[in-house]
Amino acid sequence: MADIRNNFVGIKSPNPFWLASAPPTDKAYNVVRAFKAGWGGVVWKTLGEEGPPIVNVNGPRYGAIWGADRRLLGLNNIELITDRELQVNLQEIKQVKKEWPDRALVASIMVPCVEESWKAILPAVEETECDGIELNFGCPHGMSERGMGSAVGQVPEYIEMVVRWCKNYTRMPVIVKLTPNITDIRYPARAAKKGGADAVSLINTISSITSVNLDTFSPEPSIDGKGTHGGYCGPAVKPIALNMVAEIARDPETRGLPISGIGGVTTWRDAAEFLALGAGNVQVCTAAMTYGFKIVQEMIAGLENWMDEKGHRSLDDVIGRATPNVTDWQYLNLNYVAKAHINQDLCIKCGRCHIACEDTSHQAITAMVDGVRHFEVLEEECVGCNLCVNVCPVENCITMQPLPAGTLDKRTGKPVSPTYANWTMHPNNPMAKAAAE
Amino acid sequence: MALSLHKEGIAGGRLSPEQYAENFSDLHPPLDDHEALVEADRCYFCHDAPCMTACPTAIDIPLFIRQIATGNPLGSAKTIFDQNILGGMCARVCPTETLCEEACVRETAEGKPVQIGRLQRYATDVAMGRNKQFYTRAAPTGKRIAVVGAGPAGLACAHRLARYGHEVTILEARPKSGGLNEYGIAAYKSTDDFAQAEVDYVTAIGGITIENGKALGRDYRLSDLVEAYDAVFLGMGLAGVNALRAEGEDCDGVADAVDFIAELRQASDLASLPVGRRVVVIGGGMTAIDVAVQSKLLGAEEVTICYRRGKEQMNASEFEQELAAAKGVVIRHWLQPRRVVADGGKVSAIELEYTTLDGDRLIGTGETITLRADQVFKAIGQSFVPEPLNGASMTVELERGRIKVDAEGRTSMPKVWAGGDCVADAREDLTVSAVAAGRDAGESIHRALTSNGRA
Repeated sequence: MADIRNNFVGIKSPNPFWLASAPPTDKAYNVVRAFKAGWGGVVWKTLGEEGPPIVNVNGPRYGAIWGADRRLLGLNNIELITDRELQVNLQEIKQVKKEWPDRALVASIMVPCVEESWKAILPAVEETECDGIELNFGCPHGMSERGMGSAVGQVPEYIEMVVRWCKNYTRMPVIVKLTPNITDIRYPARAAKKGGADAVSLINTISSITSVNLDTFSPEPSIDGKGTHGGYCGPAVKPIALNMVAEIARDPETRGLPISGIGGVTTWRDAAEFLALGAGNVQVCTAAMTYGFKIVQEMIAGLENWMDEKGHRSLDDVIGRATPNVTDWQYLNLNYVAKAHINQDLCIKCGRCHIACEDTSHQAITAMVDGVRHFEVLEEECVGCNLCVNVCPVENCITMQPLPAGTLDKRTGKPVSPTYANWTMHPNNPMAKAAAE
Repeated sequence: MALSLHKEGIAGGRLSPEQYAENFSDLHPPLDDHEALVEADRCYFCHDAPCMTACPTAIDIPLFIRQIATGNPLGSAKTIFDQNILGGMCARVCPTETLCEEACVRETAEGKPVQIGRLQRYATDVAMGRNKQFYTRAAPTGKRIAVVGAGPAGLACAHRLARYGHEVTILEARPKSGGLNEYGIAAYKSTDDFAQAEVDYVTAIGGITIENGKALGRDYRLSDLVEAYDAVFLGMGLAGVNALRAEGEDCDGVADAVDFIAELRQASDLASLPVGRRVVVIGGGMTAIDVAVQSKLLGAEEVTICYRRGKEQMNASEFEQELAAAKGVVIRHWLQPRRVVADGGKVSAIELEYTTLDGDRLIGTGETITLRADQVFKAIGQSFVPEPLNGASMTVELERGRIKVDAEGRTSMPKVWAGGDCVADAREDLTVSAVAAGRDAGESIHRALTSNGRA
């Protein structure tokens, strides 16, 4: 049986599934329910500084987009950090940690970008005996207008500065939660590392407007006829998150910096992909908010079964396994030639591959052969773009099949070369370096 | 029990009012908004969609379903009505399982096609419920066209001509319009007087006058119409019913299925409609199923369909056969009627002979079986009755017993077009085929009257 126990910057949990700092982790009641359901850890909903608590809007806080059958694909929120008294949260954190010593419990913190504020809150948090802190440099709505959240996360120098303060005033592991609302995720990650961060976690939510009400012309969610950009999350953001995780994992300057992967994790498979790209564990929110805490059971069993099937004994066998396979475009093998192939037994003749190729791509799929509805790839036109695979409603009906070296590529009329060659060596590239002789 | 469920002979009031109401409620209840969205989401929006090719009226099915999915049911209805102005009735009565839904790629993929018929009903219900009219008449052309028969073919033809600004008079023999939609469809397929609502919806475009109680050959002659109008469209359907050719078929209790179906549709109180305790239906088509199922729903204890060939040769679709079985109708094959047994002038049994194939020829084996019956329905096909053409059949040429037309619906007689069940063409005898024929003939008439479409 695969061992999925997790050790993330020294914080131990029975599995790599944590709940992200968000509404599901706002108070002891929810967190205890999560632990009972089997979650390995939680990052407590972000604490603010001592004083009158934050206020939230009293209208809708969430917006969404849906796929077929109203399956929730993307969620957006304008909720702020915890709106409960700091002392209440701290007491509950302490109590819960005491009762659930085997689970990870990390406190998320967001206070103004001045040293005194951090110096004031850190000992109070440390006193709860929680396992670590996560710096919320990510929230793109509300708090950022007050100079916190993503307003900090978007300035690498501020990240470095605040992390330094934290490392100075606490012995707890410091995880820096990064905002994706930035041009190049490597800069804030490098700054976090420079400041001494133990880890980064990403992504926080993406600035977004989910929809516009076409009767009232208000953005959704609408508060008294007005809306504001919220933070976007859920399955729709996973590809963005995967890329950002990989960028940090493979950046020479941050390589080895532990990453807690966040962004649209909904199934064990999503989690395994984050791990493979270099995340040390994952944090989940939208999936739990959509389906409840029970989903962790599927995640645990699914991950274990997959690892057993593939012979991975521990998470370390999986973490970062895909990272070396992420490269720059310029290093992709241009001598790799693949062609689409349609399995006629599986084909249901919907014709979507044909019309996608015919209207928008390379005119490489038939619609009619000898007067019969028939969809077949014309290899002399097929560039191997994969669009037909993506639009086909039947899994594995269309597959991309690599041409073995030496076979004729009917499109170019040339045999497939057995050697690797990329753009940096290509004759059309004015900057090409001659291949090593 | 006060009810006469097991009363011998032909009797009414076999069931309670609640049972009648339940038995004759919508066969396929309408989809609600959520169900329609979920179902519409299943459509793959196929290229050159097989469902569309399979539709006799070539409705752009992927487009109308996508319009439902995107919250545009009125746009969806227009897509449907553009091709088929009787899309509402077709949504209810089309044998979709042998047309669009059989061709649906999801049928191939998972044996569960998109429910195109019910989606079509959803969209057309929305539009008709709001009485949304999508078409306005073109400027009057001064051309006048007579349409014989206010059935699906005649209505479709009339609507298309009215759109072009022509003046249409429909002459309908029956007291109500709609043709088989009104008189020939099983009651549970067209509830809430839908056929009349649809006639009103179609004629609301204007320029269409319907004169009921006007029968060709009785009240006017074809030559009168040809003289008085710029063009004539014949869509009078089939008036004749094939005989059993069995001894004793004239006795009491032997009836034409089509008459019974019509009577049922017109009945204001189903309890007043008498039905036998033991009913035998002779035939293998949709009419046989309709009369058998409805007899069962009216409270008949035993209903048996006897068909002279095998299951595969039955004209009734697989779905219809299963529907009948589910309602408790027994379908027996390879039996042909030989003799109706009467007792005191009333049918008491029917003697049937087993059949077999001798090469391609169907022959009786000599072995017989006698089924008790107090009511026998003839549902062995209808035929065209040419006599009302009033001797004009000299010029309106027939083919295989029905009116001969070309691809555009033109008969051999100048100025006269025809379509629907009364013509001999490759189309099946379906409402939707009649609509296509009427619509296409309307286009042809328009072209003929306006020098190729230009007024």
